[in-house]
Amino acid sequence: MRGRLPRLLAQAALVAGAVVFAYPFVWMALATLKPEAEISALNPLPSRWTAESYRLVFETIPLDRAFLNSVVVTGLVTTLALVFGSVTAYALARLRWRGREAAFGLILFTMMVPFLVLLIPLYTLVVGFGWTDSYAGLVVPFMMNATAVLILRQHFLSLPQGLIDAARIDGAGELRILFRIVWPLSVPALVTAGIIVFIGSWNEVLWPLLVVRDEAMMTMPQMVTLFAVGGGAESRLGPQLAAALLLALPVVAAYAAFQRRFVESLATTGLKG
Amino acid sequence: MPAELPTVDSAERVAYAEALGPTAGAAPPASVAAPRRAKRDWRGPLLAAPYFLHLAVFFGYPLVFALVLVFHRWDLVTPMEWVGLGNLGRLVADDLFARAMLNTGLFLLIHIPLQIVVALFFAELLNKRMPGQGFFRAIYFLPVVVSGVVVTILFAQLFAFDSGYVNRVLVALGGERVPWLVSPAWAMPAIALVATWKNVGLYVLLFLAGLQNIPAPLYEAAEVEGASRWQTWRLVTLPLLNPHMVTVVVLSTIGGFSLFVEPYVLTGGGPLNSTLSGLLYIYNQAFTFNHMGYAATLGLAFALLILVVVLVQRRVVEAEAT
Repeated sequence: MRGRLPRLLAQAALVAGAVVFAYPFVWMALATLKPEAEISALNPLPSRWTAESYRLVFETIPLDRAFLNSVVVTGLVTTLALVFGSVTAYALARLRWRGREAAFGLILFTMMVPFLVLLIPLYTLVVGFGWTDSYAGLVVPFMMNATAVLILRQHFLSLPQGLIDAARIDGAGELRILFRIVWPLSVPALVTAGIIVFIGSWNEVLWPLLVVRDEAMMTMPQMVTLFAVGGGAESRLGPQLAAALLLALPVVAAYAAFQRRFVESLATTGLKG
Repeated sequence: MPAELPTVDSAERVAYAEALGPTAGAAPPASVAAPRRAKRDWRGPLLAAPYFLHLAVFFGYPLVFALVLVFHRWDLVTPMEWVGLGNLGRLVADDLFARAMLNTGLFLLIHIPLQIVVALFFAELLNKRMPGQGFFRAIYFLPVVVSGVVVTILFAQLFAFDSGYVNRVLVALGGERVPWLVSPAWAMPAIALVATWKNVGLYVLLFLAGLQNIPAPLYEAAEVEGASRWQTWRLVTLPLLNPHMVTVVVLSTIGGFSLFVEPYVLTGGGPLNSTLSGLLYIYNQAFTFNHMGYAATLGLAFALLILVVVLVQRRVVEAEAT
């Protein structure tokens, strides 16, 4: 910390860390643009740039359809989690009613039960509803999100009561107050909660593997996983890596755009999965 | 507070917040609150109703049904059959259940210490406020954001025995090939390495936040007392990071029992079941053999194990701090 040498060493260690965490992704991106035979070569750079791996991906699996499914599912889950999460958080933070504390405690309890316990009975329930191979099966069980409620409630508690009272005097209903007055003042909390729900939903792979067998309904992580595991790639590495890269792209783009918010959101709540 | 408030529209919202902000946290005037109170009694439950209805169907029912399933055999097609304590008896005698516990134990034994040491190391470095701090933080966090599927497919190639990039580099440096994913002894440690690489960025940030919250006077006092840098770190820094340590240990433990994508893609649970995880075993029982009752029993068993392990760990970590 004091001397020049320790500082230099520390800087070198930081750079070494960056190489360890970033280089595999760089290597991967380059590998998808190489001819298949060169992927295992020591030199990460292609001798000849080619999009052959990507062509093979789209020739073998309908990844565009899976992308669309993922956009629909993640979009619905995130939107519904924010809308219903806000309504619930508003009731918990700004309205007084009997049983409110117990209700909040119940939400906290649901967060402490590992998903391992619920997986099988939840699956049988969704089968019972006839929701396999459907958006309903992918969206409805996850349209309410306890973490989103927690984050939004915390923020709503900090808003001035006078704001809400003033709107009530004007005869605004509670939902109108929430969406017209509270929401515009809650953008950071909505973004934080939105990011957490978005990441979890976009990256989820186990649940779609259970409830979707029809290729036309598969989500993107599911299709990419099955492509790699199920032999669709016929042990060609280029297409596997290309499919994986395409799966990572939307999240990485969102991360690049909202880097600070991502880091803060996920670090405050502790990410699972 | 003004007697007459302007009507609410979008342009004035922010002004409201600013005008009313500092004082308005207090209780509203009685005249405003009183006529509304009777109505507000049902508005709260009404607004919260959709959430709790959903919770009852998609959390409450599955939780209860999990307990029902423990006493039944069910393949989803034919009617459920009561088997009493049959599933529990089977669990006790099940070698694969024991194996999954053992595998998880090995995973945690490598993953938790490695994660703590690496995260502390980089958090300390980032805490020195050197140029490019934000950049490094963003890079370390990248694997946390990316899907586990992506990371796993990437490492399947990097850790391949013959043609994998890591082994190529090792051989080029004069070393020997490591059978990362093909030997029962190496497979679980390899998965623990991958999981650490993916998650450690999150814990770097948690520790960094913890380090930045340690008040400077504590360090000054230690210096006045003549403490060495190691003593200061051991007696000031480490105890104050304890809450974060608990978070890392608890999240890693739940993550260890819930490992799925990594063994599913990298090894399929092999070789010789050496990477079979709790969640992967449940998945196999349910969807390869259609044993819903037994799979639900496994789910409850693993959840109880997580609870016990976490409680013990908390005690140990907290005792360590004092």
